Amino acid sequence: MSVGLVVVSHSAKVAEGVVEMAGQMAPGVRIQAAGGADDGGIGTDATMIAEAITAADDGDGVLVLADLGSAVLSAQLAIDEFVDEDIRGRARIAEAPVVEGAVFAAIQAATGSSLDEVDQTARDAATMVKVKDG
Amino acid sequence: MAAAVAVPLAGCLPGPRRKAARIVDAACVRSWLGVVATRLEAERDFLTQLDAAIGDADHGVNMHRGFTAVMARVGAMEEATPGQLLKTAGRTFVSTVGGAAGPLYGTAFLQAGEALGDAASFGPRLLLDALRASLEGVQRVGAAAVGDKTMVDALSPALGAFELELRMGGSLETATSGAREAAAEGMRATVPLQARKGRASYLGPRSVGHQDPGATSTALMFAALEQAVVADRSQRFAAGARRRGSGT
Repeated sequence: MSVGLVVVSHSAKVAEGVVEMAGQMAPGVRIQAAGGADDGGIGTDATMIAEAITAADDGDGVLVLADLGSAVLSAQLAIDEFVDEDIRGRARIAEAPVVEGAVFAAIQAATGSSLDEVDQTARDAATMVKVKDG
Repeated sequence: MAAAVAVPLAGCLPGPRRKAARIVDAACVRSWLGVVATRLEAERDFLTQLDAAIGDADHGVNMHRGFTAVMARVGAMEEATPGQLLKTAGRTFVSTVGGAAGPLYGTAFLQAGEALGDAASFGPRLLLDALRASLEGVQRVGAAAVGDKTMVDALSPALGAFELELRMGGSLETATSGAREAAAEGMRATVPLQARKGRASYLGPRSVGHQDPGATSTALMFAALEQAVVADRSQRFAAGARRRGSGT
């Protein structure tokens, strides 16, 4: 068992790509993509996100990585309205950048860490230094 | 004969004695959704122009696409309570509108539908509860307050005006009329504001001087509500008059 992850992006390709990247670092972790609108265009879909959260959950909780604007709104709506009551209490949106956050969170989740720990690790990705003198 | 005059709406009301009752039923909700769809079609390009100035130029297209899907789905429901109609509208919106309008209006409709419960028809008090539930839902999902240059700037004053009118003894018609006026005023008041939520907030001070598209579509919905309620009312009067006429 481990914390599951859901990657939400306005673009289906971005979501799938991030899942591919993060999954390579953490083969045993459930990572679901929920990107794009239901017609395949740019956008987000709360019902699709809710299904992804349900699929990612195995009882230890789900961390959702969302890109911008309506991705966050749709993820919030999915948690508030569309997932089952028991999952609702253990699903949350990360305060984190999508790519870095998903990769860090996947690695942390693979160790069997708690939702709080995985969430914190994803959050730390926001302040990761990439260029020493940048 | 006097009794007959006192109950012109008898065919549409749960209680035959409630001569002052103003009732919204499933047919009225359907007609409201229909008026919204028609108005959105007419205003689609205007909404998109507003959004082009401070957003991503898709609000008109998104709202129109969402409501076209809503009308198709709701049209296929033969028997449905007002609450079921609104919940269906909300779910349809969530899955067909990719932008922020999807989850926000989706929440508004879902919450209104929840608040109405199983009622086959409702009066202004329950409508007030539904409007309040909508605003709370929108604010929970979007975390916007009045003054952030969003749909809340139209929705919140509309709710306030509706409630005030009822407290002062107003009817469904005067309350929806007050709500329409307040929503339009709130919409116009977004022009000088600097956006603090949504994509327009990325523009910072450059968002000043533009009317918010979300507040504009919300004002449109209140105008449609008034139109549907008043049209519904006058149709019932006409039907009542015909019944009275044929009875004599």
